Amino acid sequence: MTTPDYRLSQLETLEAESIHMMREVVAELERPVLLFSGGKDSIVMLELARKAFAPARIPFPVMHVDTGLNFPDVLEFRDRRVTELGVHLIVASVPDAIARGTVREEPNGSRNRIQTPVLLDAVEKHGFTALFGGARRDEDKARAKERVFSFRDEFGQWDPKNQRPELWDLYNGRIHLGESIRVFPLSNWTELDIWQYIAVENIAIPSLYLAAEREVVERQGMLYAVNEFISPREGEEVRRETVRYRTVGDANLTAAVLSTATTVEEVIAEIAVTRMTERGATRGDDKVSDAAMEDRKKEGYF
Amino acid sequence: MAPTPIAEAALELASARKDILRIATAGSVDDGKSTLIGRLLYDSKAVFEDQYEAVERASAGGDYVNLALLTDGLRAEREQGITIDVAYRYFATPRRTFIMADTPGHVQYTRNMVTGASTADLAIVLVDARKGMLEQSRRHAFLASLLRVPHLVVAVNKMDLVDWSEQTYEAIRDEFTSFAAKLNVPDLTVIPISALHGDNVVTRSSASPWYDGPSLLHHLEHVHVASDRNLVDTRFPVQFVIRPQSDAYHDYRGYAGTVASGVLRPGDEVQVLPSGLTTTIAAIDGPRGPVDEAFAPMSVTVRLTDDLDVSRGDLICRPANAPRVSQDIDAMVSWMADTELRPGQRLAVKHTTRSVRAVVKELQYRLDVNTLHRDTEAPGLGLNDIGRVRLRTTQPLFVDDYARNRVTGRFILIDEATNSTVGAGMLSTGS
Repeated sequence: MTTPDYRLSQLETLEAESIHMMREVVAELERPVLLFSGGKDSIVMLELARKAFAPARIPFPVMHVDTGLNFPDVLEFRDRRVTELGVHLIVASVPDAIARGTVREEPNGSRNRIQTPVLLDAVEKHGFTALFGGARRDEDKARAKERVFSFRDEFGQWDPKNQRPELWDLYNGRIHLGESIRVFPLSNWTELDIWQYIAVENIAIPSLYLAAEREVVERQGMLYAVNEFISPREGEEVRRETVRYRTVGDANLTAAVLSTATTVEEVIAEIAVTRMTERGATRGDDKVSDAAMEDRKKEGYF
Repeated sequence: MAPTPIAEAALELASARKDILRIATAGSVDDGKSTLIGRLLYDSKAVFEDQYEAVERASAGGDYVNLALLTDGLRAEREQGITIDVAYRYFATPRRTFIMADTPGHVQYTRNMVTGASTADLAIVLVDARKGMLEQSRRHAFLASLLRVPHLVVAVNKMDLVDWSEQTYEAIRDEFTSFAAKLNVPDLTVIPISALHGDNVVTRSSASPWYDGPSLLHHLEHVHVASDRNLVDTRFPVQFVIRPQSDAYHDYRGYAGTVASGVLRPGDEVQVLPSGLTTTIAAIDGPRGPVDEAFAPMSVTVRLTDDLDVSRGDLICRPANAPRVSQDIDAMVSWMADTELRPGQRLAVKHTTRSVRAVVKELQYRLDVNTLHRDTEAPGLGLNDIGRVRLRTTQPLFVDDYARNRVTGRFILIDEATNSTVGAGMLSTGS
C-alpha cells in the first residue's frame, strides 16, 4: 500500500477522496441515503461506503428507483448485495406511481424522465437530506459542471448557473428544511478507473457486464438483446452475437456492444481502446440533444 | 483468445501505477483556453468519437472544428461562447492521470476560478501573443499564487498569428517573470503554443526552432510535485468517530479522518487538541485493513491506546509540533457573495472538520489584484474582491499558515441566513 516516496496511486487517491466525502456527509447531514441500482458505478460507491465506515455497518439505507424495466440479473444482484452488507433497501417504484396516477407513461416507452418525480416523492416521504449518486463528471458535459456537494432546492432542482462555490475539500452541507444535497463521491473517477477498481479490489458485478452470446436485434445501429422487454419488431432479424453491456439502464432501452471480453481485465482492455463514450454507445435516451442531460438534471434527475 | 497488440498496449496504459496531477486553467474570454483543452483532450485521445461528431456538427461552417465546444457544457455557455462555471476534464497518458479544472477567465466569475484553483497542483494561464499580458493575466497569476498553486505555466497562445516571433515571446516571458517575482510563484514556465494548430501542445513544433523548452504536455507529465506536500507537521483532523457497537467489535472506537499533513505510525506519541491530552497510536486502519503508516491524503481510522474524549473537530498532532490554537484569525479572504463583507458581520466558519461562528473584527485592506495596491480605506469587500481580514471565532481553531500547510491554513465562510458559501480564507500571520 505505501510507497517509499509517500505517494498514492491514482486509484488510492480517488478512493481516499471518496471516503472523505462520504464521512463528511454522515457527519454533517442528518438523513443520507445512497442510490443503488446494481449498476457498476453504484456497486463501487457502495463498496466505498463499506470501507468508509468499517468495521461498523454502513450508517444509512440504500434506495433504488425501480422503473419496472430492470434486467432481472441486476435486481437479483442488488438484493444479494444489500443482504450481504446488512443495509436496508428502499424501493421507489415507478410502476406503482403509474398505477396511482402520480406519473404518466411517456409515448416513447422511456421511463427515464418519469423516474424523477418518483425519486423526489420518495425523498420527501422519507425525509432524506443527502442523496449519494454514482454519477461521474466524465460521463457528460452537464455532469462535468457538477459540484461534489450539489445543492437542490425544495423542488429538487439544480441551478447550474448559480452553484455554491466549492473550495478545496471543505464541503458545505448546510441546508434549510425541505432542501437537500446531492453528493457525488465518484465525481473524479473515469469509466476506466471504475473498471480498474473493480478488477484490483475483486468486486462482484452482475454477469451482464461480461460478454456472452445473446440473441439480439439491431435498431438504429445499436444492438438490443431480446428479453422480456424487447421483442423483435416487424422486419427485424434476430441473430446471435457475443455482446456485453457497458451500462445497465432500462432493459428496453439499453443496448449492448459487440465484445469478446469475458473477464474484467478483458473489459478494461476493450475500454482502453474504445472510441465511443459509454452513454453515446448504449443509451437511446441520451441521444435526444446536446443539452438533454442538463435539462433533466435541472428537473431533479441524477 | 490472445489480446491484440493494441489491446495489450491499452491495458498497459490503463493499469500502470500512476499519480494524479490536478491542473487549473484560466484565460481571458478569447485567449483560446477551451481550444487548448480540447486540443489536449483530442490529441491525448481522451475525446470520444461521438463527442467529436457532436462538435463537428455544431461547428459546421467554420474553417476548423471548434474544439472549444468540447468543454463548454452548459447551454448558456455554448450560446454565449464563454465559460461560466468550472468544468472538470479527465485525460491520461502512460505517465500520469490529469484532472483539469477548466475555469472561466472573466472577472465576473473570479469565484469560480478560485474554486478551480483551490485543489490544483499546477495552473495554466493563457496569454494571447498578440495582446500580451493583460489585466486578466495578472489577476489569474495572482490568484494562483494566492492559493499557493505550486507550479505556474504561462502558455503564450496564438503564436501563429504573430508569425512565431521570438521577440514577442521573449517580451511576454520577461514581463511575466518580473511580475511573478512580486508574487509567491516558486516555479514558472513560459511556453509558446498554437492551440488551434497544436504546436508545442503535445509535441515540440518545428515552427519555433528558437524555443528549447518542453511541449506543454511533456511539462505536465514531468513536473515534479512530490516535494510539494508537507510530510513534516503531523495533522489529523478527526472527521467522524466509528463505534460499531457490534458483538464482534464491542470495544472498537476509531477516529476516522483524512491525513492533512505529516506521517502517522502506530506507536507514535500524539496529542489531541483541544484537550491537550497525550496518548499513543494503537493502530491505523486503512481501506484494506491495518497499515504501518498514514500520510496525506489517505483516509484512515486511527485507534488510540487510551480511552480519551475525542470527537469531530478535534485534531491529532505530535506533542512537540502542534498547530497554533487561536480564536484570532488573520487571513486573506476571497469574497464570493453579492452582498459586501463588512466589519461587524457574523459568519459561520468551516475549518478542517471544525465548524465555528465568527465576527469580522477588521478589514485591514482590500487588494487591487491588478496592481497589487492595498486600499486600507476600503469599507468592505464586494463580489470577487480579495482582502486581508481579521476574524474572532467563538471557539479556538487549530491553525497553521496556509503557506506552510494548505489544509490547516484554509477555511470557508458561510452565510448563516442563506447557507451559501460566501468566502474562501487563507491564513497568514505576516502582512
